[in-house]
Amino acid sequence: MLTEKPETHACTCGGKTGGCAQKTEKAHDHGHDHAHAPEPHGTEPELTDDEAAQKLSMSRRNFMKHSAIVAGAAAAAACSAEDLEKFTAHRLREMTQPELKALIKRLEADYKKKFNKDIDVRATPAAEGVKFGYALDLSRCIGCRRCVHACVKENNQSRPNPEGDRNNPIQWIKVLEMEKEKGVDLSDANPYYNPEEVPREGHFYMPVQCQQCENPPCVKVCPVQATWKEPDGIVVIDYEWCIGCRYCMVACPYGARRFNWAEPHLPADQVNTNTHVLGNRPRPKGVVEKCTFCVQRTRAGRYPACVEICPVGARKFGNMLDPKSEIRAVLESKRVFILKEDLNTQPKFFYFFGI
Amino acid sequence: MFKHFVQFVTGAASHALKGSRTYYTWVAFLLCLITYGAWGYAHQFQEGLILTGMRDQVMWGFYIGNFTFMVGVAAAAVVLVIPAYVYHWGPIYEIAIIGELLAISAIVMCLGFVAVDVGRPDRAFHLFPIIGSPNFPRSLLSWDVMVLNMYLILNVAIVSHLLYSAFFGRKPNNNFVVPLVLLSIPAAVSIHTVTAFLYSGLAGRPYWNASILAPRFLASAFCSGPAIILILLQILRKAFGLQIKNEAIWKIAELMAYAIAMNLFFLVAEVFKEFYSDTHHLIHTQYLYFGVGEGRGLAIYGWTSVVATVIALVLFLVPATRKNFFTLNVGCVLLYIGVYIEKGIGLVIPGLTPDTLGEIYAYTPTAHEVQVAAGIFGLGFLAFTIMIKIAIPVALGQLVYKGDGPGPVASADHDDAHGAHVGA
Repeated sequence: MLTEKPETHACTCGGKTGGCAQKTEKAHDHGHDHAHAPEPHGTEPELTDDEAAQKLSMSRRNFMKHSAIVAGAAAAAACSAEDLEKFTAHRLREMTQPELKALIKRLEADYKKKFNKDIDVRATPAAEGVKFGYALDLSRCIGCRRCVHACVKENNQSRPNPEGDRNNPIQWIKVLEMEKEKGVDLSDANPYYNPEEVPREGHFYMPVQCQQCENPPCVKVCPVQATWKEPDGIVVIDYEWCIGCRYCMVACPYGARRFNWAEPHLPADQVNTNTHVLGNRPRPKGVVEKCTFCVQRTRAGRYPACVEICPVGARKFGNMLDPKSEIRAVLESKRVFILKEDLNTQPKFFYFFGI
Repeated sequence: MFKHFVQFVTGAASHALKGSRTYYTWVAFLLCLITYGAWGYAHQFQEGLILTGMRDQVMWGFYIGNFTFMVGVAAAAVVLVIPAYVYHWGPIYEIAIIGELLAISAIVMCLGFVAVDVGRPDRAFHLFPIIGSPNFPRSLLSWDVMVLNMYLILNVAIVSHLLYSAFFGRKPNNNFVVPLVLLSIPAAVSIHTVTAFLYSGLAGRPYWNASILAPRFLASAFCSGPAIILILLQILRKAFGLQIKNEAIWKIAELMAYAIAMNLFFLVAEVFKEFYSDTHHLIHTQYLYFGVGEGRGLAIYGWTSVVATVIALVLFLVPATRKNFFTLNVGCVLLYIGVYIEKGIGLVIPGLTPDTLGEIYAYTPTAHEVQVAAGIFGLGFLAFTIMIKIAIPVALGQLVYKGDGPGPVASADHDDAHGAHVGA
């Protein structure tokens, strides 16, 4: 039995009380490195006494005027160039290689400024002969929500911000608690279960995240083509093109999409710097986001974070086109089902009872 | 040509700036409302849509509800255009212009409500062809943006041509106007149909995923739009001395009675289907009329809508109450309330509650949403007020271009022309 600790994201050491050595060291590191109050970097050249005196004697008004013009011109130049770039930019899907490179350069520079940290934004394309599939064993899942929090960490989701009044925490995975007697019944599901220990007697758990539909209703309704299905089957969102109308969220039958109702709260020391441009890179305010099967990991040959963290091995993932893959083994040997199959969305996210 | 146009614009503008104390007070009030709303929106632009009551479970709310209702008002302009042009009902010719101006103002409000609802208004240009990437024809929202803008342009073209001609004392060019007017009739039907399809095409939302939604949208539009127009006509009749026969008003009211009956019939058809089949999908209808679990706040609105519409039906159906202006106006207000709820929060919120995973998030609009909406209503009313202020005197031949004078001159002070008989 595992203890339910939904708000503990920190360490991987397994300690329940927090404050393990690993965490402390990390926190210390970050405090030293960078973060909110950067030390003066000595960007101003040192002045000789004479020069300093001269500078001081410069009429205040003149100085102000001068610096205002310089700052204004610089701001205007920077602003207009950037705005023009944004205005003339294409959708990510249509970008040429140089355009994509320019975008990534701009994003990395923006993130550097924002988080004072080097963030690696990759644009790894889908590999040929790959169609990702996912299977979840409902008889193993114990509802510990480790997947939820591993996902939050991995994918740079907005964290709870108890101090601000603009609290907008985002979680891509929602775990539903259901009664064994009733079976899979969404109308009776409880996403806010919070007992001392999970699993609760007589209950089972059903994590729901983006089902990566082959026939995705969200893609169909997007008025600006800001979301689409990649060749490897992952439904992605262009965060630079989404207008935030939320029609895709209305159309999604699985409640898989999340909206940035406020500026995401992502403390610099919690940023995952290994990102993908269509996946876990930090998002701006006012756009939609969702699970991407951890595109930044899976296109690099790794498991999604939720698969990796799952303590009971309930989550299976792989290339459905590879006959030797784990996912194929599940699909061939287990009796799987999909959610809301009558809607013809054709999810690539399967559920099964393994035991 | 260009000189004429400038004269038309300056003549109209200078006329819009002159008016009685009541006019100034009204315009000042609307400007206050707009400022109040703009202030709220500026705040929202800064902080994000978190200021609203919407969340991931109920991601559309008051804004989109108002949008949907206003599309209906805009569509209903045809109710006046059809009889005026197709059946040559003399007295309704000027009324048709009023209907079209109402449609223009309603579309302005529609676009306003969509604009404040999007998370990234700075990227709104992505919706348009060439500069953006509209997902046309797959996305119904893309269709909606297109037909709404076309309908707006169409009405602006018709009204400006009619007024431009009247201003210079010419006859309107029927080869230009009549086809456009005829086109505006299917266009009006299309904007509301497309808006209904926007909802009814979503298989994941059973409350909306019904083929009766589009017919019901049209029926309710033909209730709410004329309800506003009937009251407007009475106000304008007093304010401008516009000669509108009682018979014309009663005729519109009679047509409305059929629309109300049709709308209620569609409602009964939906309610029967939901309750008799008694599937999981029933829960949305239950949420509207009875509430489910903690969320019971909507029931009062659901029943208000039904009761108001039923009373309005009786008032419009019985000749005695239809021809009595007091009961007629009571009926209009009730109908307006009924449809405003039905096509606004009564459509959007139960459609999204419970959410697709069964969670009930009891959405209620925040004060912030009401503030921003007030600003948009202010904008629409101001647009309508100013357009009417110019259009009625022009259409009546009171505000015409005097060729040799220094500029356009209004021939009568119509703000006080309460009893003036014109157009007779």
